[in-house]
Amino acid sequence: MADLHHKISRWFDSRGWSPRQHQLDMLQHGLAGKSALLIAPTGGGKTLSGFMATLNELAEPHQHEGIHTLYISPLKALAVDIARNLEKPVMEMALPITIETRTGDTPVSKRQRIRQQPPDILITTSEQMTLLIADPHVAHLIRSLRCVIIDELHSIVTSKRGVLLSLALSRIRGLVPDVRFFGLSATVADPDSLQQWLAPKGAGPVPLVLGTPGAPAKIRILESAERVPWSGHSSRYAIPDIYAEIKKAGMALVFVNTRSQAEMIFQDLWTANDDNLPIALHHGSLDVATRRKVEAAMADNKLRAVVCTSTLDLGIDWGNVDLVIHVGAPKGSSRLLQRIGRANHRLDESSNALLVPSNRFEVLECEAALAAASVNAQDTQFPTVKKLDCLAQHIMACACSQPFDADTLYAEISAAFTFRNLTRAKFDAALDYVATGGYALKAYTRYAKLKQQPDGRWRLAHPRLAQSFRMNVGTIVEDAMLKVRLAKVRRVAGKRHVTGGFVIGELEEYFLSQLSIGDTFLFGGQVLRHEGMDDFGSLATRTTAKEPMIPSYAGGKFPLSTYLAERVRDILADPKKWKSLPKQVSDWLSTQRWASVLPRADQMLVETFPRADKHYMVCYPFEGRLAQQTLGMLLTRRLERWGAKPLGFVATEYALVIWTLSDLSAMVKQGRISLAKLFDEDMLGDDLEAWLAESMMMKRSFRYVAIIAGLIERRIPGKEKTARQMTVNTDLIFDALRSHQPDHILLEAAWDDAADGLIDIHRLGAMLKRVKNQILHQPLERVSPLAIPVLLDIGRESVSGEAHDALLAEAADDLYAEASRLV
Amino acid sequence: MMPFSPKLPTTSMQRPQGLSKTHTITLGASRFVPDLSGALFWPDERMLLVADLHLEQGASLARRGAHVPPYDTFATLRQLEVVLRQTGAEKLVLLGDSFHSKDAHIHVDAETWTRLTAITSRVETTWITGNHDPLPPDALGGTCVDELVLGSLILRHIPGEIPESCTEIAGHLHPGASIHHRGHRIHGKCFATDGRRLIMPAFGTYTGALSLRSDAFEGLFDEAAGEVFMLGRAAIHRFQMQRVR
Repeated sequence: MADLHHKISRWFDSRGWSPRQHQLDMLQHGLAGKSALLIAPTGGGKTLSGFMATLNELAEPHQHEGIHTLYISPLKALAVDIARNLEKPVMEMALPITIETRTGDTPVSKRQRIRQQPPDILITTSEQMTLLIADPHVAHLIRSLRCVIIDELHSIVTSKRGVLLSLALSRIRGLVPDVRFFGLSATVADPDSLQQWLAPKGAGPVPLVLGTPGAPAKIRILESAERVPWSGHSSRYAIPDIYAEIKKAGMALVFVNTRSQAEMIFQDLWTANDDNLPIALHHGSLDVATRRKVEAAMADNKLRAVVCTSTLDLGIDWGNVDLVIHVGAPKGSSRLLQRIGRANHRLDESSNALLVPSNRFEVLECEAALAAASVNAQDTQFPTVKKLDCLAQHIMACACSQPFDADTLYAEISAAFTFRNLTRAKFDAALDYVATGGYALKAYTRYAKLKQQPDGRWRLAHPRLAQSFRMNVGTIVEDAMLKVRLAKVRRVAGKRHVTGGFVIGELEEYFLSQLSIGDTFLFGGQVLRHEGMDDFGSLATRTTAKEPMIPSYAGGKFPLSTYLAERVRDILADPKKWKSLPKQVSDWLSTQRWASVLPRADQMLVETFPRADKHYMVCYPFEGRLAQQTLGMLLTRRLERWGAKPLGFVATEYALVIWTLSDLSAMVKQGRISLAKLFDEDMLGDDLEAWLAESMMMKRSFRYVAIIAGLIERRIPGKEKTARQMTVNTDLIFDALRSHQPDHILLEAAWDDAADGLIDIHRLGAMLKRVKNQILHQPLERVSPLAIPVLLDIGRESVSGEAHDALLAEAADDLYAEASRLV
Repeated sequence: MMPFSPKLPTTSMQRPQGLSKTHTITLGASRFVPDLSGALFWPDERMLLVADLHLEQGASLARRGAHVPPYDTFATLRQLEVVLRQTGAEKLVLLGDSFHSKDAHIHVDAETWTRLTAITSRVETTWITGNHDPLPPDALGGTCVDELVLGSLILRHIPGEIPESCTEIAGHLHPGASIHHRGHRIHGKCFATDGRRLIMPAFGTYTGALSLRSDAFEGLFDEAAGEVFMLGRAAIHRFQMQRVR
């Protein structure tokens, strides 16, 4: 306590509080100029812990010398909220401290002011950090920087934003060597990796400070009188139950896994809302103004429920949430615990949560999550490391700021945890790429972006490049987004005129480009009709249609965590664990036991059976849709080669079904197919490569990489009529690179992303290893109970496979049939 | 971790080509055969037509700071050489925008120069000027015109007025079509025609496609008589224009 400034201790006293131990620990580390990682549950005064040392150091009147503390949040909304929550105690303590926020929404005038008169504390987002280090005056702006606080570190480090942030921090460390880094994090599986993430290479992990754990949460699984559906993700069956729970609660947060699920649930709740309860919708695609309105209403306790996606995952403190309803399976134990933490921001009281499984397998998954949560088991991911596209962006950012020396920059970058294994050769390749495109045979030296000065340092070839870099730096998003606006449609002299009105929000260009005029879709809680595109994006009108034609749902966004998958397999294998399951689910499993077989936890069940005029093979790896989709692709290729005549496959989170013309049971029996060989790890060799060559996933992955690495600037939709024609499609670039320079760093980056992202090779590899010699084959006369969910998905999902000409030919034949009928 | 190699498969990545075996396109009394590469062959005249090569597009983008792979010019030329050889064409008409920028043909490197002049010395070449390349590339050989009229057939870059009893082949717009089938949307470059006018797909390696449904195409075709010939990966597919979305 001795070190605590009297203004601050007086403030604690006046409220009858005393600082918590972890707050004092953070103060000590801070005053000693040491970095530290704080892991504490929500509600533990985490934010204040991070600022304690800063407030202490700035408690006396002082000269404003530039930014003293940088606070970095992963979300804009969180930054705004933190500023609000910090200003209050600072005012009450009567500290002479200036605080400003700077996010992507901050107007230019305010940005100018911040640059000219830097505040003591600048609250900002991770994207803004790249802009900061690209600023020519960065060294001046942070000359008196003492502390960098990174909030929600556990969430930032698992994405490319984390990789870019760690690079920005390495730059800051280069400019101000004695600055301290404070990471604030929720509970994670592997604190050590975060402790290392905060420290430069060779310095050893930063010290860990642990907060007091909160009271354990009270979690229930919804036991609906309704039938739990076999498959699907809509959870429509449970709407009356969810509504009843909302009525009982003071304020409920309804979490869902995807944006379109949020739309659907919101729509359904609204229909059921006979009492006119104030229920709102909140997700990342909605217009900022709309979101702020919802947030303000929450803070004022004017709402009874908010249907939301991960946008409300993180520690924003709004209003008195006393119930968290999780619709759909939570996919990971840590994610569940963090979301539950949203209810009740007081440590000593338990949070209340309700899990609503949307299908029968999800019942098992919810059960597994509940068991995991009760022992506080964590399954957070390891930090994302070494992304070459981020490296390229960082090199460009550094060049925009001032000329750099390659040796110094390499030393700085390879000291960052995320690039600790970066070789000099790879760094040089990235530098070469930024400078001239890095192409063998024929690089663009004439149009180089970076040029080497006589003193050997690299400088920007033209100042205009810095401008365009700054405009495109925020592009670290999943997909190009277009605005959706309400429109008016008029007919003037037979011609359609569509004019745009106010902005409802933003949707992926990928989705919007699939729409034709007249298609209806669900967005912003209403059914909209697509009317066309203009220079700003999509135009839509409201329609009275009840059911949208195009649901934008594309499966669970997060794959089932490996940890939960293991627990689900355990439940399945052990009938003793079924007691807590709803009766309809345990009955289902019992039926499976006599109609087919239930695998042991270490086995993988493969069932083969005929149905109608086709033959089916269903396997249950429980490894998540992405890995299983890749598996489906690879198995189909093998089966094709072995003469089983596969027709298609569908992967869900839990199972994979492949259907064929040949009798699979017979082929296995006759030894024409060996399941051990079918599932052999060697499929990750040539088969994988051959498939990837044509894979859409690779092309998508390449597109993201090309944008982040600054190869192409983000498309500006329809700026002029020819803009679209003239924009080089990244697919074409991908093809050109593959044929001419397969070792280009952008291809390597795209491959790397796909391997743990869209195609999830790492997980598939681990799974194939696990099931080696553990495949349990069950030939059957007919479909098994366990196979019903995945078979039902066959009609729902579009059939996977990337047939192009086959589909075109089929479509053309259809037309022929149509035409001949008319004659 | 699995022992997979981070190298990607290398293929020759030759773009698909080959004259359509099933489809011909008729304009007035003339019959044309579309090629999978986006070229059009006129057997009676032994003439090959290509539009919108956009040579040196990569270099053009690089000048503005986008270092896209610089291999597009070679790829486009190789494609053209292959199609010329396969069809045995004796005449070549390039329907404008052969170069991406107006001075690109001055900047072309030695190899491009050699390959282009080899083509023009072998086949009777006509360059039609386009909006991207309004200056005729004299030194490359062949003749250069703003518009070529062969009987009742007009060849030009930008589609325009077609006099009574005449037909037209043009480029410029880079037509593309979307077909929806079984929940899939398939988009590709296409030839678009209504029997009087034919608009060619862009031949250049980096060129994209503009949807037939965009405003730029409004009023150009008699929709009811219209047909599109979509370039698949291995074959050309015909659709009624009304089917295009």
